[in-house]
Amino acid sequence: MKETFAQKVLGAKSGLGRVEPGQIVTVRPDHLLMHDNAAPIVSKVNADLDKYGLNSREAPVIVLDHVIPAASEKTATSHKKIREFVRKFGVKNFFDTGEGICHEILVARGLAVPGSLIVGSDSHTCTYGAVGAFATGIDRTEAAAILLTGKTWLKVPQSLKIVLKGKLRPPASAKDLVLTIIGAIGADGANYLSVEFHGDIASLSMEERLTVANMGVEMGAKNAVFPVDKETERYLADARAPKGWKAVRADEDAEYLKTIEYDLAKIVPVIAKPHSVDNVAPASEVKDVKIDEFLLGTCTNGRLGDLRVAAKILKGKKVAEGARLIVLPASRQVMLEASKDGTIATLVEAGAMVLPPGCGPCLGAHQGVLAPGEKCLSTANRNFKGRMGCAEAEIYLASPATVAASAIAGRIVEPSFS
Amino acid sequence: MRVWKYGDDVNTDMLFPGKYTYTCSTPEEIMPHLLEDLDPSFAKEARAGDVILAGTNFGCGSSREQPTVGLKSLGVKAVVAKSFARIFYRSAINQGLILIECPEAIDAYKPGDTVDVDPEAGKITVGGREFRFPKLPPEIIAIRDAGGLLAYVRKELETKRAQERGTP
Repeated sequence: MKETFAQKVLGAKSGLGRVEPGQIVTVRPDHLLMHDNAAPIVSKVNADLDKYGLNSREAPVIVLDHVIPAASEKTATSHKKIREFVRKFGVKNFFDTGEGICHEILVARGLAVPGSLIVGSDSHTCTYGAVGAFATGIDRTEAAAILLTGKTWLKVPQSLKIVLKGKLRPPASAKDLVLTIIGAIGADGANYLSVEFHGDIASLSMEERLTVANMGVEMGAKNAVFPVDKETERYLADARAPKGWKAVRADEDAEYLKTIEYDLAKIVPVIAKPHSVDNVAPASEVKDVKIDEFLLGTCTNGRLGDLRVAAKILKGKKVAEGARLIVLPASRQVMLEASKDGTIATLVEAGAMVLPPGCGPCLGAHQGVLAPGEKCLSTANRNFKGRMGCAEAEIYLASPATVAASAIAGRIVEPSFS
Repeated sequence: MRVWKYGDDVNTDMLFPGKYTYTCSTPEEIMPHLLEDLDPSFAKEARAGDVILAGTNFGCGSSREQPTVGLKSLGVKAVVAKSFARIFYRSAINQGLILIECPEAIDAYKPGDTVDVDPEAGKITVGGREFRFPKLPPEIIAIRDAGGLLAYVRKELETKRAQERGTP
């Protein structure tokens, strides 16, 4: 009794049974996520892999998404090296360029299940908490070590409980909810903590939970998790996740560092202004900000529901003159479904450019890079200075609905469905 | 020894811009871009033995390790901050870079103060005033003292192999 989600998962995965916050435990993650950075990761331990072998063919998951299609000879060579590594060692879970963003692939292909432990050399690995996994980010060096040993250490975190009450009122969305929380508790409000969402979560779709969990790291969280319910079961069945998983739920009397409550009905469309994610204000108060580039998509908001909401607003309208709208679907599957149901056609008619499913502009590596003095309104998860490739540009974050409505106006506006 | 003082929420894009993350991986490639968008003078003037002081949530954001690899390779003696973001903290252990969480020392610092750090003793001196900070758990010190995580893991794998060979 009195155990949090983090205590239960880490207790089970360490084989220790009961563990306490602050304790350091050795664990064997079920999966290790890597993306384009698998190339530098593998190159750290090339000789060691030849000597000791790859610890597991099943645990590593590699998704090429960050710079796709390759932007240069250098990135193309990285991709080539990764494919060679995958072939040489028989890595089972490999998704080549064009399949989608790693954080969508891992859940949509059923690799993340409730109670599983997943580490990834990407900070947004926390996304898989949406399906009840304990998922957290690590660096490249640690990923390289896990390729050799299959294990790592984790400090059992204290936990923060966030209780959600009621229902969101569109156009307010899950993105507005998570930005509101980050604005309130700060970019380090959950530093080192396991964040557990509780309460009336049934009204939140899996897509919405993924958006919220994805941004756990933006409040500093180690992981962010939703309880498993019928929606989780439906999603996992669709994702053809292997059966046999067991939901892990915190005890009713578990001890939390803090508990906070949010009334979903009171959430309004908000904007995270430059240059930190906790610089949040209601969209209605962020006026007269002229926008040059709009970005709809990414691992935060590039799922079918996100594109559909935007298409609903943009239908029959045009992106404002002088502005550009970039659409970045989360996966090939999302792109395919959005093509079949006319969503992509609506967006393109409105003037959007559709990019292949990957990370592209979000991290400023290539595609949609900003110029000095330009402003971008994006559905991504970070607005740090220089994030989109230019330190003299400004990034504002918002929901798909706000981005779509603002794209028509050419400046930030509050969305409405009337 | 020079002291570099920065504020709160110094994120990973400030420490190492994202646009270089898929083209720069070696210390030689990383070091010229360290802190590029925060303080362009750092990469030019910082030297081994320098200390970085900062506010809360240092290293927040991406899991990219170029910041910890770069600062360690440069020979930065320690980063002292009011608090660190967790992936960065972990990455520093993996690289053998010394991080010290000591809010009192940061509050006490005035421009021109000399800063002396003694991680073994758990002691930091700022302008003649002494502050204490808790030592790391032994599991973590073992990784740092091995010279970082990969050195630690190689030692462990080698020991295991030797044991397996030793027992028929």
